[in-house]
Amino acid sequence: MAQAWRKDIGFRAGTGVFALLLIGIVGAIGVELTLQSMKSINQFGLDFWRTEIWDPVAGEFGALPFIYGTVMSSLIALCISVPLSLGIAVFLVEQAPRLVARPIGFLVELLAAIPSVVYGLWGIFILAPVIRQYLGPPFERLFGWTPFFRGPVTGIGLITGGLILAIMVTPIISAVVRDVLAAVPGSQREAALALGATKWEMIRVVLVNGAPGIAGAVILGLGRALGETMAVTMVIGNRPEISLSFFDPSYTIASAIANEFTEATSDLYLSSLVELGLILFFVTFVVNGIARFLVWNVTRKTGGVGRAA
Amino acid sequence: MAQTAIPRIEVRERRANEGADQKSAPPKVSVHDLNFFYGKNQALHNISLNIAERMVMAFIGPSGCGKSTFLRTLNRMNDVIPATRVDGKVLIDNNDIYAPGTDVVELRRRVGMVFQKSNPFPKSIFDNVAYGLRINRITKSSSELSDRVQQALEDAALWTEVKDRLKTSALSLSGGQQQRLCIARALAIRPDVLLMDEPASALDPIATSKIEELIFDLKKQYTIVIVTHNMQQAARVSDTTAFFLLGKLIEVNATEKMFTAPDEKLTEDYITGRFG
Amino acid sequence: MMAVARVDQMRKSISAVMTTGTAVCTFAAVGILLVILSHIALKGVGSLNFRFLVDAPKPVGEGGGIGNAVLGSVVLLGLSSAIGLPLGIAVGIYLSEVGHGRLAGGVRFIVDTLTGIPSIVTGVFVYAIVVLPTKHFSAFAGGVALALIMVPIVSRTTEEMLKLVPHSLREGALALGAPQWRVVLGVVVPAAASGIATGAILAVARVSGETAPLLFTAFGSRFFSTDLNQPIASLTVQIYNYAISPYDEWHAQAWAATLVLMTLILGINIVVRILTRRRF
Repeated sequence: MAQAWRKDIGFRAGTGVFALLLIGIVGAIGVELTLQSMKSINQFGLDFWRTEIWDPVAGEFGALPFIYGTVMSSLIALCISVPLSLGIAVFLVEQAPRLVARPIGFLVELLAAIPSVVYGLWGIFILAPVIRQYLGPPFERLFGWTPFFRGPVTGIGLITGGLILAIMVTPIISAVVRDVLAAVPGSQREAALALGATKWEMIRVVLVNGAPGIAGAVILGLGRALGETMAVTMVIGNRPEISLSFFDPSYTIASAIANEFTEATSDLYLSSLVELGLILFFVTFVVNGIARFLVWNVTRKTGGVGRAA
Repeated sequence: MAQTAIPRIEVRERRANEGADQKSAPPKVSVHDLNFFYGKNQALHNISLNIAERMVMAFIGPSGCGKSTFLRTLNRMNDVIPATRVDGKVLIDNNDIYAPGTDVVELRRRVGMVFQKSNPFPKSIFDNVAYGLRINRITKSSSELSDRVQQALEDAALWTEVKDRLKTSALSLSGGQQQRLCIARALAIRPDVLLMDEPASALDPIATSKIEELIFDLKKQYTIVIVTHNMQQAARVSDTTAFFLLGKLIEVNATEKMFTAPDEKLTEDYITGRFG
Repeated sequence: MMAVARVDQMRKSISAVMTTGTAVCTFAAVGILLVILSHIALKGVGSLNFRFLVDAPKPVGEGGGIGNAVLGSVVLLGLSSAIGLPLGIAVGIYLSEVGHGRLAGGVRFIVDTLTGIPSIVTGVFVYAIVVLPTKHFSAFAGGVALALIMVPIVSRTTEEMLKLVPHSLREGALALGAPQWRVVLGVVVPAAASGIATGAILAVARVSGETAPLLFTAFGSRFFSTDLNQPIASLTVQIYNYAISPYDEWHAQAWAATLVLMTLILGINIVVRILTRRRF
């Protein structure tokens, strides 16, 4: 009897230990990143966030170009991906017959199974030339007088990074929004229809019902976009300069780390890169926390979010 | 008719001229040989029925007898369920609503529905009632909109309770208030016919009696069809009653007659509680 | 009346346009998937041959292949699974069967946080705690990095699968006097076993596509190796290196390597989907 009870405690403690280990690991990540950034933090302090200069030779490091590139590429990605994802989710939940919705939904989800480096490969050799030859020039001709579309259009730059991110983030946002819309009770749809709503007007009622969950899905997509590395570093140009033009090369925090980590020649250089990583860690921590909070309150199954991860 | 012990069901006093109205006007809704199928299962068999204007008809019958299904054919609500089929004619103001090319959006504007469980939108009280007016572009100005909303809330006997908090969320109302809100929402667009699917079944007795009084008042302006599993409610509220069983219409009669001396034996059995 | 009809017509037109628009969005997304997959197939198949699959890389112009990269990926996935699967499954068991209240809530929050950490940040962390002290890149470091990415994925799928097991099963066993550890390990986990295995397989497939954390942990190599203490090649890093190189021949090899990688990843995803669909 006592032996079984002891084994139970052992079992519970055993699994508990693993759980605590996980908490320890996350804490360790935060601590270790901070420790390794200390050199850079001590050297630059808060100026790190404001400095535009990234000059390894001179030993001057500033995070602003990367913050700009990360934020801009993610915003571009969301501007394209959110309407697209909403359209996909609405189509699959409200319009497509069930038999058709499942395989098509699976195909959309497969976009999430493609590794980042493969998106990068496709980006370099397919998307970039298409932007350079077909998609970019019309925009440059029409809007080149604005600072946002000034050439030259090389195909490698902020817009390519944003586009690739949009494709990568769409399956995630649409999968979560699908779950959110499916959780809206049918009585809401019937209420709208019974008052003489058209199909689209009824869909708008469903979207209003799902608004908090949709917001969570978008923020989840943002979190993914902020941290994407390989695809972005292969198509964004990796130039640490802030430029308003979408066609110009840019640089994100993740791509900087990927690109320069193994070539960091000095301790300060490495420390600055780690500090970039620390910033990214902190930002994605907060963004994902908000997203999970919003989505958790809306979808009944946790599988909706888990699928996206 | 043999004298059977029919439990005393209170039948409300009818107004003096009601019967006269019924006989002269053409029926508002006229159903001819309606058959309804969920996939391969036939849920309604050869239903034929007339509903006169500006009175209350109740559908009664045991669970699963098809009364809700039949109610929903009247505003083509069953269209949203896949694999359903309708055979026969449903005429509203002499137009077959199942004729090809029927404008279903307009039909549902003219035939309103209140559901068993109240389903207000996650919006303010005002926006809920205004919804139908807005999407159908019924009002021309915001003051006209406010007036119509107020009118609808007064018709639904909810105005005094909510007039100071029109902008608050509809979900903060009690169950009975939410149901009256849904009624107001349906009334705002002034439908010709109002369909009510067990509107009080989820409510407490006090809220229920408020709704029943409401229905009694509304029939001065609207044609009302109410599905109820509560025979006493049917007796209190309706002018005519239709009894359904296993997808068939057994009997249609003036309520008073239905509950005191029904024509069919099956009806009598149901009313006296022998089954169902 | 006429005005009403016109307004109605406009509303219906809007509805038709929007509902067509959503269909367009969906088929655009599926279209992009098919475009990407066909590019991979078309551009990769040309360089695919037996030698490509078994040789190590050679200087430009001499051919070579991804043999060592495939071996390296296998080693890395094996190592990370050995570390990450037990840890992830144990945490999943904890969250579903053992933990309750605020501690479990905190752990679940931590698992979610780990899911959201960009894999490159995980790579930096492992660099700091493994590569720096040992003063060299190693397969072991790569394996640890991949394991850390794997753990939250496996933990969540394990927890979900365990939660699907009906309570009546647990209660039946407990009512017979079985201690909790017996109930969980002997009844609940076996009942959810296929689901847990599926989750594990999908997690491995997901991790097999990771590149960023390997860049400065396992680093890469041009040689065959299974030494855990040395840098090791991997399919994804090889694709990256070839893609950004200036040589056309290496670009072609990058496509071919991608074809191999995608065949495996897609294959696993499709097979799993078919199998789990039959279950429900």
